[in-house]
Amino acid sequence: MTTRAISPSRTTATATRVLRQLAHDPRTIALMLLVPCVMLFLLRYVFDAGPRTFDSIGASLLGIFPLITMFLVTSIATLRERTSGTLERLLAMPLGKGDLIAGYALAFGTVAIVQSALATGLALWFLGLDVMGSPWLLLLVALLDALLGTALGLFVSAFAASEFQAVQFMPAVVFPQLLLCGLFAPRSDMHPVLEGISNALPMSYAVDGMNEVLHHPDMTADFLRDVLVVAASALLVLFLGAATLRRRTA
Amino acid sequence: MVNNSPSPPHPPDRPDSSGAPDSSSPLDSPAVRARNLTVTRGSRTVLRSLDFTVPAGRITGLLGPSGCGKSTLMRAIVGTQAKVTGTLEVLGHPAGTARLRSRIGYVTQAPSVYDDLTVRQNLDYFAAILDPGRAATARRDGNVTRVIDDVALTTHADALAGNLSGGQRSRVSLAVALLGTPDLLVLDEPTVGLDPVLRRDLWDLFHRIAAERRATLLVSSHVMDEAERCHRLLLMREGRILADGPPDALRARTGAETVEAAFLHLVDEATAAGASRTETVGGTYQ
Repeated sequence: MTTRAISPSRTTATATRVLRQLAHDPRTIALMLLVPCVMLFLLRYVFDAGPRTFDSIGASLLGIFPLITMFLVTSIATLRERTSGTLERLLAMPLGKGDLIAGYALAFGTVAIVQSALATGLALWFLGLDVMGSPWLLLLVALLDALLGTALGLFVSAFAASEFQAVQFMPAVVFPQLLLCGLFAPRSDMHPVLEGISNALPMSYAVDGMNEVLHHPDMTADFLRDVLVVAASALLVLFLGAATLRRRTA
Repeated sequence: MVNNSPSPPHPPDRPDSSGAPDSSSPLDSPAVRARNLTVTRGSRTVLRSLDFTVPAGRITGLLGPSGCGKSTLMRAIVGTQAKVTGTLEVLGHPAGTARLRSRIGYVTQAPSVYDDLTVRQNLDYFAAILDPGRAATARRDGNVTRVIDDVALTTHADALAGNLSGGQRSRVSLAVALLGTPDLLVLDEPTVGLDPVLRRDLWDLFHRIAAERRATLLVSSHVMDEAERCHRLLLMREGRILADGPPDALRARTGAETVEAAFLHLVDEATAAGASRTETVGGTYQ
């Protein structure tokens, strides 16, 4: 009971609690679900003259939206958990850190699935996004991105003393990845130093993975590698996040 | 002030045989035992080599001005305080041990509940952490209903915690600590901001918990009139224990009418002596 990894019932109880908190906040739910759809809609008509450009950027954004949303939501939610005293209370109870983190990942992963399903459905069937591979693979990458966002948000919330700081971590952590992930220019065209850095950032693999689905009817070896890198990064950051949850604090 | 008829501490009666059997913490071994307990925060020493015990099955009041280290001492006992040195045994185990987590109920000074959940949803969640699993659903529901009733929030069970008044929110926080039928309840200023009727009802509840469940309660307060309701007192000042004993003995020792006067007397004495030191008054209360 001391160092057992994860208790399924405590994890689902935590996920249920997080979703219940969200349920009392319909505006946040609406924003999380609708904003990506509106952005995709805008983008489609920004590139009205060149639908091929929409294909490439639209597919990348399907991977980026869940990451950004979940990053923001998780960093604020866990910051509130830290500052309201509920985290201290939970850690003084028989709750494993893994239960708490897995609970958050489960809850926000569920939201991410709904969000990605809506955005992907809209892009594929109403905005004419032309994807050669399976939409399920797009969803898979989107879900992994959401977990990565949850993990990053959890991790940085340990370094934020206020909601102001937590929100500022979004540009600090997400924007560099956004610039270097290949959305604006192919990564191979970047300065070699930047290309090297982009190779080390998980969002690059998320976008690469989306592009593999875009251009190939079948699952490729590159796609598999991209998915594994994103999943491994998410797990690594989740473990780092767990290390920031301390039972004893000054 | 509001406490016009200070209820005398219950006589040291043994709870009758209907009390819950609890072989793991017999009344004769203390619930908390501290030896040379020191806590530093940053460069500041908040607690200075404290030696004290908290008797099991009794209500011990932890009193002293704000900033004297009461909350830090409570956090050390529940195991959330870092940089604790010395010996601190809680229910026979070193403080902070994982096996203690389900046996201690802890209420922080600021209500620690989820504002965006209803009272019942808050309690449902914490109950599921303490007593997980589908098989325990009925028992959990019963517990949740019981503690909501204990803190007199039945009519507000479905209100969002964030919409409650300050006193109501702190009662939700208290209800969480009552969920698991803990052996040791550590309550940090549980009655701040409550009206006299509620304070009386809560103190009656504390006495009921101590008598019926033989639970140990450690209750902090900076309101001295609450001291009269405790079986035993620890008076703190500037990170030290100023005095330790039953309220009667404290008053008798200092010749004061009230615990407040006794406390002030002891503070003056300590200041006069140039250094505050621990004085044990009246011996053990058994």
